[in-house]
Amino acid sequence: MPSGRLAVPSEIRMRLEIEIPSDVDYIEQIVSLVQRECRMLDFPARACSLNVPVALSEALSNAILRGNEGDRARWVRMRLCLDSTLLVLEVQDEGQGFDLDECTEDPTEDANILREDGRGLFLMRALMDRVERFHDGGNVVRLTLRRA
Amino acid sequence: MSFAIKKQGDITVVDVEGQLIVGNRQELKQKVLDELEKGERKVLIDFSQTGYIDSSGLGVLVSLSKKIREQGGELRLANLNDDLKTLFELTKLDTLFQIADTRERALESF
Repeated sequence: MPSGRLAVPSEIRMRLEIEIPSDVDYIEQIVSLVQRECRMLDFPARACSLNVPVALSEALSNAILRGNEGDRARWVRMRLCLDSTLLVLEVQDEGQGFDLDECTEDPTEDANILREDGRGLFLMRALMDRVERFHDGGNVVRLTLRRA
Repeated sequence: MSFAIKKQGDITVVDVEGQLIVGNRQELKQKVLDELEKGERKVLIDFSQTGYIDSSGLGVLVSLSKKIREQGGELRLANLNDDLKTLFELTKLDTLFQIADTRERALESF
């Protein structure tokens, strides 16, 4: 077992919940915290360095800038649930939400490759096993990644 | 996270230290635009000290690519680690940028 890491018996589950004002300057700290927890529980290195930080950064960014329109008086809540098989991240904002099924534009198509925006949801879908959106007292985006 | 700018001959080299994300992308954009304003036309962005890049960071690189080209300049990227290479491949931005494995090769390619 690598030094400083825990083996993850199947009965262990970690939960973490954080609330932040709608300010993008918090994103890096939150992502760093989640990366650290994933590493501590021996989540695969690639997931810790690529999948989790990029997908979470996108979800937080969307919640802050779109859901809450950058209004610092509105809060973003992030929940992490990590166990021996799954990582689940939920990012909740105070906005109206959006229809995931309507967001189908492909930023890799020739017509879109020079666009400066439009890659956030694409990256979440590419880097996570599942991306869901629902309403639960606020607009929630749930990202799920299975331990490889 | 910060952006260090150095001159190597007539090439402006920007080191991205830390992440390139929504919170700092405008700083990178402004620094490179300032160099263009001063007349610089060859820009190399080195990612050897970079952690991750989000879609906003990728968007800024696309924006800078267009602006540099409009000014008759050239942009090179260098030192993408495996994670960053994956990001560029997923988004097919590896087809848009000239990417070198090392800073030296990027400098030689201008």
